[in-house]
Amino acid sequence: MAAESMAQLAQALRARRVSAVELAQQALITARARDDLNAFVTLDETGGLAAAQRADAALARGIASALAGIPFVHKDIFCTNGIRTTCASRMLENFVPPYDAAVVEKLAAVNAVSIGKANMDEFAMGSSNENSRFGPVRNPWDLTRVPGGSSGGSAAAVAAGIVSFATGTDTGGSIRQPAAFCGITGLKPTYGRVSRWGMIAYASSLDCGGVLARSAADCAQVLAAIAGRDGRDATSVDRPLDDYVATLSTSLKGIRIGVVREYFGSGVEDGVAVATQAALRELEHLGASLVDISLPNAPLAIPAYYVIAPAEASSNLARYDGVRYGHRCVEPKSLEDLYTRSRSEGFGAEVQRRILVGTYALSAGYYDAYYLRAQRARRLIANDFADAFRQVDLIAGPTAPTVAFKLGEKANDPLAMYAADVNTVAVNLAGLPAISVPAGLSCGLPVGLQLIAPAFAEARLLNAAHQFQGRTDWHRREPAQ
Amino acid sequence: MSVDQATVRRIARLARLSSSDDALPRVAAELTRVLDLADQLAGAPLAGVEPMAHPQAQALAWRDDGVTAGDSADAFLALAPDTRGGLYLVPKVIE
Repeated sequence: MAAESMAQLAQALRARRVSAVELAQQALITARARDDLNAFVTLDETGGLAAAQRADAALARGIASALAGIPFVHKDIFCTNGIRTTCASRMLENFVPPYDAAVVEKLAAVNAVSIGKANMDEFAMGSSNENSRFGPVRNPWDLTRVPGGSSGGSAAAVAAGIVSFATGTDTGGSIRQPAAFCGITGLKPTYGRVSRWGMIAYASSLDCGGVLARSAADCAQVLAAIAGRDGRDATSVDRPLDDYVATLSTSLKGIRIGVVREYFGSGVEDGVAVATQAALRELEHLGASLVDISLPNAPLAIPAYYVIAPAEASSNLARYDGVRYGHRCVEPKSLEDLYTRSRSEGFGAEVQRRILVGTYALSAGYYDAYYLRAQRARRLIANDFADAFRQVDLIAGPTAPTVAFKLGEKANDPLAMYAADVNTVAVNLAGLPAISVPAGLSCGLPVGLQLIAPAFAEARLLNAAHQFQGRTDWHRREPAQ
Repeated sequence: MSVDQATVRRIARLARLSSSDDALPRVAAELTRVLDLADQLAGAPLAGVEPMAHPQAQALAWRDDGVTAGDSADAFLALAPDTRGGLYLVPKVIE
């Protein structure tokens, strides 16, 4: 059932061909049958079935939303009241939040049915989902390959047809890159569009909640439910929402799409470039005109990101001290020993690496040379986008330079791993919305096309992605079981 | 920027992370590589560019400094590894 679109499921639920409880049961059965993927940290059968019963009641009363009864999974970075929320870290292995994140509240309010919590890279730091306390997630297209990260469990659960959609977060590409690797659609909204309240912090000026689903139309339904101002997040923006569903059918005639020269640079595999170019020609057939553009400061994005994100992480993760919640070492000899051992035992290798880099970049004598310099580069990167959007309506390129790589291939080389984010991190530095849509296959593995829009133009992104998906069927391709 | 082992030890102390002697050379080498990446910014035309701390240009929203969620002290204390009488317990700091 989960392979059907959310609109089809909504129709089936209203026609009583299926109940929300049956959909939830089916999702739980499929999730257990696919434990080879390791996509879940926690399955919540009790909560999922209770939510499904509430959805059935709302459907029976005829007051149900488009998402009522639709099974989904939350990335395990969103706090869920009474359900442990681990961030895939030993630090939070037994953390049971006493409250729901804003995104969790909003999806519960429309009676969407969460069946559990998805695996991820620890504290959302990673591009392969290999940095998890609970082990790596596997790509449903090829179990020897990574699903991408950090929202790897979310992407795998959707791609394998376990759930219709999943929540995710994107700090440097963590929704778009796994969506590309798993052949699904992933939307990173504008910074401030979705409340970060209750979303465990990694790099607060970059972190962004969003959605992974099978199509742009499904993403539009979910964005409509989770977007909007929230007084509990000071960076959440008070700005009216567009009607993301109604605008899906707008024609693309006359729209100008900038094709970024730098995004087809030397690290991009031939198969990825070919598939992306073919996808761009489909957009041309839909009436869009393609414009060759340059984002000259694109090469600064990775170095700037890998200073700014670790700097913010070192500050954010200072809260994990073994005192108020989270892992505590046994028999601490002193307060400093309590802090140091609890943190060293609680955090994995990549998290510790980023904390150290960030602490270094913020330390006396190095602040100007690293943090301040990275912030100046961030301005140039944002200005590049602003200049480009004076001539074009959308910007396009491959989401990732490669298809899904092998498990272990880059696990011991942090810098090779960081390079996987080369086409995605700039979007976060500028705070823009972007979407990855399935654009073809290379060597039998999915390739993602990234579309980037000006701030708060999610409707334009979803519209273009939906029109593309009306002309192509890459988003309907499924991995062989 | 080559990071030496003494620097790793100092940074680890600031970050309250342990720095065992056998891990120091590896961590120093890794930090050096990441900082070499960051040093690619040194050649960029950054003079006079206003640093950008945040994607939003506007000031943060303000709210009243008032109670919104009510008293949840017990719920939050229940998360702590060790408490007594409504207080967090840590090893003795002052002899």
